[in-house]
Amino acid sequence: MDSGPPIRRRSRTKNNKNLEALGMALATTDREIETGIHLSEATPSDYFALLKPRVMALVVFTAVVGLVAAPVSVNPFIALIAILSIAVGAGASGALNMWYDADIDALMSRTATRPVPSGRVQPGEALVFGLVLSALSVMTLGVLVDWLAASLLAFTIFFYAVVYTMWLKRWTPQNIVIGGAAGAFPPMIGWAAATGSVSLESVILFAIIFLWTPPHFWALALFKSADYGRAGVPMMPNVAGNASTRRQIFAYSVIIAPVGVLPAALGYASLGYGIGAAALGVGFVWYAWQVLRMSDDDQVMKPAKALFAYSILYLFAIFAIYLVDTVVGRAMAG
Amino acid sequence: MSEDDKGITLTPAQKKARRSRNVAIAIGLALLVVMFYVATIAKFGPAILSRPL
Repeated sequence: MDSGPPIRRRSRTKNNKNLEALGMALATTDREIETGIHLSEATPSDYFALLKPRVMALVVFTAVVGLVAAPVSVNPFIALIAILSIAVGAGASGALNMWYDADIDALMSRTATRPVPSGRVQPGEALVFGLVLSALSVMTLGVLVDWLAASLLAFTIFFYAVVYTMWLKRWTPQNIVIGGAAGAFPPMIGWAAATGSVSLESVILFAIIFLWTPPHFWALALFKSADYGRAGVPMMPNVAGNASTRRQIFAYSVIIAPVGVLPAALGYASLGYGIGAAALGVGFVWYAWQVLRMSDDDQVMKPAKALFAYSILYLFAIFAIYLVDTVVGRAMAG
Repeated sequence: MSEDDKGITLTPAQKKARRSRNVAIAIGLALLVVMFYVATIAKFGPAILSRPL
């Protein structure tokens, strides 16, 4: 086994000293330095950034697909509330993640400019913001839409903020494999919001995102391994090495390709969807193959960057095809 | 009153940020009220408005 960059895992307790230093550096006036109190200059856009808007866009899109694909018609306004609640819940878990991970975010180029490590939002403010929005989103979804969907949303927030962020992320290279479940729940929540139940069809949508997560994040981790190593996050390339990570990416891509076709194979989607999903899956395997063939000495890692970009396109495209297929199929039948 | 009792004077940037946060919270709360009102009508239907006097 080749060894990746050495990592020293960081406990959050040790890094709290960094956060305290960060807080002191934020004091901007003599009075603040004197009293030790920093008054916030955070704007609404800083708080919006805490919600991880780009991740939220993917969550909203997959939740919409789950909700629309469900074989039950929902009042459009209730559907809008469901999607809004899921989006806010996902954003709240992002804020809690940014609160807890501020110490390691400050050490990575990709995350150093986030509101908490950059000092625009105080850690305590991010925590309260995340907790309030979590409660609000779950209660709204439960009271106005469906309590099963609300329970799944609450579990998703807990899973992402506590199981993934606080436990798995700094402990095991399987962090994003298990933690990927948090990102896979939204279509299932959308489905539950419409039907009040969970079916095999929604489980398949869950499985597509769940199996997509490892190759997506490991492609990123390959070309950002120095960042993760500096922060002490045990991502797969840092622990098992680049060669092992490349093999595992390829293995997951070989699994995700047929799973993407399952809705057509099981009769939930048309042949058109099946052909589209199969083509996207072949593309995924091809990009993963390029990553597998990447040289150990490759510092630029173009294939890994290409796979990372393609994986985002893949997920959007496969859910978009599924959405169009469902809507068109329903229109033709009705 | 001693110097320490005067409290903290906000800088113009802090005042501006606080005002924009307050406006955002007000808009958020107003939207929440409207959302619950319309959702109540949507769930129970217009019949909820016609009550026996």
